[in-house]
Amino acid sequence: MIGVELALMLRRRRVWMCWALLCALPALVAVLVSATGLAPPPGRGAAFLSAVTTNGQIFPAAALALVLPVFLPITVAVVAGDTVAGEASTGMLRYLLVRPVGRLRMLFAKLVSVAAFVLLAVAFVTVTSYVVGIAAFGFGGTTTSGGTAAVTGFGAVPSLSGPVIEPVDLLTRTLLTVGYLGLCMLTLGAIGIFFSTLTDSPLAAALGVLAVVVTSASLQPLEAAGAVEQFLPTAHWLAWIDLFRDPILYTAVDRGALVQLGWILVAFGAAWANLATKDVTS
Amino acid sequence: MNAPRVPGDAGADDGPVIRTEGLTKRFGRIVAVDGVDLQVPAGSRFGLLGPNGSGKTTMVRMLLGLVHATSGTAQVLGEPMPRAAASVLPRVGALVEGPAAWPGLPGRSNLRMLDAAGTRGGLLVRPGARRRRVEEALEQVGLAGVDRRPVRAYSLGMRQRLGIAAALLRRPPLLILDEPTNGLDPRGIGEIRRLLVSLNAGGTTVVLSSHLLSEVEALCTRIGLMDAGRLVLTEDMDVLRAPTGRVIVHTPDPDAAARLLGGVVEERAGTTVTVRADDPAGLNAHLVSRGVAVTGLEVERRTLEQVVLQRSGSGADRFDPARNGRSRAADDDRSGPSTERIVR
Ligand SMILES: Nc1ncnc2c1ncn2[C@@H]1O[C@H](COP(=O)(O)OP(=O)(O)OP(=O)(O)O)[C@@H](O)[C@H]1O
Ligand SMILES: [Mg+2]
Repeated sequence: MIGVELALMLRRRRVWMCWALLCALPALVAVLVSATGLAPPPGRGAAFLSAVTTNGQIFPAAALALVLPVFLPITVAVVAGDTVAGEASTGMLRYLLVRPVGRLRMLFAKLVSVAAFVLLAVAFVTVTSYVVGIAAFGFGGTTTSGGTAAVTGFGAVPSLSGPVIEPVDLLTRTLLTVGYLGLCMLTLGAIGIFFSTLTDSPLAAALGVLAVVVTSASLQPLEAAGAVEQFLPTAHWLAWIDLFRDPILYTAVDRGALVQLGWILVAFGAAWANLATKDVTS
Repeated sequence: MNAPRVPGDAGADDGPVIRTEGLTKRFGRIVAVDGVDLQVPAGSRFGLLGPNGSGKTTMVRMLLGLVHATSGTAQVLGEPMPRAAASVLPRVGALVEGPAAWPGLPGRSNLRMLDAAGTRGGLLVRPGARRRRVEEALEQVGLAGVDRRPVRAYSLGMRQRLGIAAALLRRPPLLILDEPTNGLDPRGIGEIRRLLVSLNAGGTTVVLSSHLLSEVEALCTRIGLMDAGRLVLTEDMDVLRAPTGRVIVHTPDPDAAARLLGGVVEERAGTTVTVRADDPAGLNAHLVSRGVAVTGLEVERRTLEQVVLQRSGSGADRFDPARNGRSRAADDDRSGPSTERIVR
């Protein structure tokens, strides 16, 4: 069933559209910034964006920061909201269940396919923005002082806390980031799967996920919500930035990962409890 | 076309393939299925009949474990449903309330995906085996030569055929088909009927639900009639269609015939006299020998339509304004020539 799910996902045009759009936004920003040379000053705009003009290799981080708040959650909401509700609305849910595909097995396969979608999404953004970043801004190690830019090969990247990050180190940090953001998005995916078992409308489920994101994001800065702030699904989304400090600060990432895992378990459990007891009348 | 089924398939000869006891389903205040005790003998072609909204689809969904019964039990192929779904459903082919498919994929890919999703359908299946299964199913429903256009672009009839093909994948010994010929033209209906009969001859038990009486009449060996959620009648077609014990005499002189036959005359209308008689030939000889001309003589048989109209109300999908809710307006055409009850 997992194989079938993955095959079906890869044959959906919507999925490829999502990936394409996710990769296009950072590329657009890269083109604008490199054409105008106007990077936002440090501390404004998306994280890392101020640094990219000096070294294109940091652009994947900037790209992830760009798509993280809105774009990525929307695509995850659309794909996860479609999982069960989409089958229900075409009528395939009943035919899968009588094939038979056990309800738990089906949900698990859906979760795996959503995980594959988010991981590939984050990975695609990273890879394309690396290429775009280098094409637009070079490898770093360039001296812009004298006006004569000379590329000196793979330059080191400045970390957020000053010391430079070597290329191999950069690779591991990027992989960690991809994994962490994948986990954050999988939280949304699991919530989306749960909503998707509640309704026969993929759109309603997707909007439900976005409602969760918006609610969580608006509670976050609220002092009155301080007690639960730590446990909001969006609370730790930015913790990955610590992966670009030197040395890496793991505390926030670790706690974030735990909270995300907790959400995934809860949402998946709720989805299973609901689907297992549900009358499939679609 | 169809090799004999694997011997030893559960339910092949021991007991009914489907047995329900007090099966009941409520949707909120609506009682969709109400205490149904149904038995479907192995090897039969069973027709589940009933007006719209009488609970046929809900029955089918409960038998397949899609809908959880409110109370009562169901056994399919000798095992309890939905508890034993994992071992029962691989041996059941089903069509539930219309076919469905992934609209973006061609029919062939749809069947491949379905086959791969099923029990032991994963990576361990040799691709050749899967292709053979899919091709066999497509051929059975007359879609063997279908091109690569996505199901989205299929006609209603093609979708229906594809749905039946999906039910036939892996040659299940039990087919449960809810309105299998919906949307097919008369030729298509005939083809599917012949297909089901030949599968049945090879040992497959066929259960189909329908409100197309002609379809059931032509295909089924036994029927169950549902009305407003209850199973009001189960009977072999042979019994239903058996002579009613009455003979209809067409004669230009009905008065003479009636006078002659006296007490056994049950009905008179125009030039026909309906008589209770076991021996039509003897009756004919008797009439003719006494000089009463007979232009026609037929043994009365009930049509399925008469049985059904007599035993069930109008569909639950009629909501007339008067008499809050369900109409019984169709009661008027529940007559038919016979007045006696058909059930034993
Ligand atoms: N999900 C549901 N929620 C509420 N009521 C339902 C649901 N599904 C079916 N019903 C009701 O249950 C009754 C039986 O419906 P069902 O679909 O089983 O009838 P049917 O015999 O298949 O009818 P048809 O011949 O029109 O297909 C109907 O009154 C219907 O309104
Ligand atoms: Mg129905």
